[in-house]
Amino acid sequence: MPLVAALEVVHRLRGESVVLTTMGSAREWPKFSPHPLDFHYIPSAMGHAPMVGLGLALAQPKRHVIAFNGDGCMLMSLGCLVTIVASGVKNLTLIGLENGVYEVTGGQATAGAAAKVDFAGMARSAGFTSVTEFSDLAEWEARAAETLALPGPRFIVLKVARVADYELTAPGPMAERIVKFRAALGVS
Amino acid sequence: MRTIEALGVTHVVWLPDSAIGPWQQALEASTSVTLVRVCREGEAWTIAAGLWLGGKRPLVVIQNTGLFESGDALRNVLFDLRLPIFALIGYRGYLVPNSADTAKLLTEPILHAWGIERVLIDSPEELPRLASFYRDCQAAGVPGVALIAEGKG
Repeated sequence: MPLVAALEVVHRLRGESVVLTTMGSAREWPKFSPHPLDFHYIPSAMGHAPMVGLGLALAQPKRHVIAFNGDGCMLMSLGCLVTIVASGVKNLTLIGLENGVYEVTGGQATAGAAAKVDFAGMARSAGFTSVTEFSDLAEWEARAAETLALPGPRFIVLKVARVADYELTAPGPMAERIVKFRAALGVS
Repeated sequence: MRTIEALGVTHVVWLPDSAIGPWQQALEASTSVTLVRVCREGEAWTIAAGLWLGGKRPLVVIQNTGLFESGDALRNVLFDLRLPIFALIGYRGYLVPNSADTAKLLTEPILHAWGIERVLIDSPEELPRLASFYRDCQAAGVPGVALIAEGKG
């Protein structure tokens, strides 16, 4: 399914959820209307967006936190699946965007693509309460609301098409974005 | 543990070594500190980042070998996001005379290279220095490391 269309489904349903984007999702998400509870993790440490999301979810247990992560990033920190479950967090949804390539470096295949990795199976084995996978946009649109309401922690794999042109820029200085984001969370 | 609680720490994010490991029971029993276990040390810095962004006061607790593993996460959290994350780092090999353990030999040069302020705690009598250093770092909004001297670890 097209990446932007897949993200737009989440955008329509996010309500007051905290949304953490990184890499490809951070490139596309700002195209939707900005929200004070968006945190674009740019610059990032590749592989660590789920852990930032976990920290946010633990710190803000009354809020739903949605963290996007690419499959190349997932492969860099597969242990994060175990860490999330071990923490006991319930209010976190991790959405893996799987396209089989490293877009940022020009589209080289990931080792996961070569190995035909089953990310959903990994999440089930790690103990995620709810695990779902979608490759068809119409099905994702039809079932997204119920999927996002399943018991947490949730892991959703969205199989998306590669975007050829990769240009990622941060939407403003990190220090300013952190101040605004914490203010939106009610943190001084 | 009393020192950690008195500092107002809300979450200890850790991957222990054999010297730090015995703190587990006290951490689990604490009513003010939540223990978060990680699979690799780099995760600890970014979980701490999320906790801090969300208004909590996390403390990273790892061994010096985990410091070496943490490079890219540490770079991002301390220098890109510029968050005042504090860590207790077990200093494997420090108390072993003439040790050729590379974990001992490389710890302080690497912290120096990163430009991270640090204090060495090599006896229980030094704990007030740890508390004082932590408070200074938090007040200044900068990261810091307390190296906890260990034997073989």
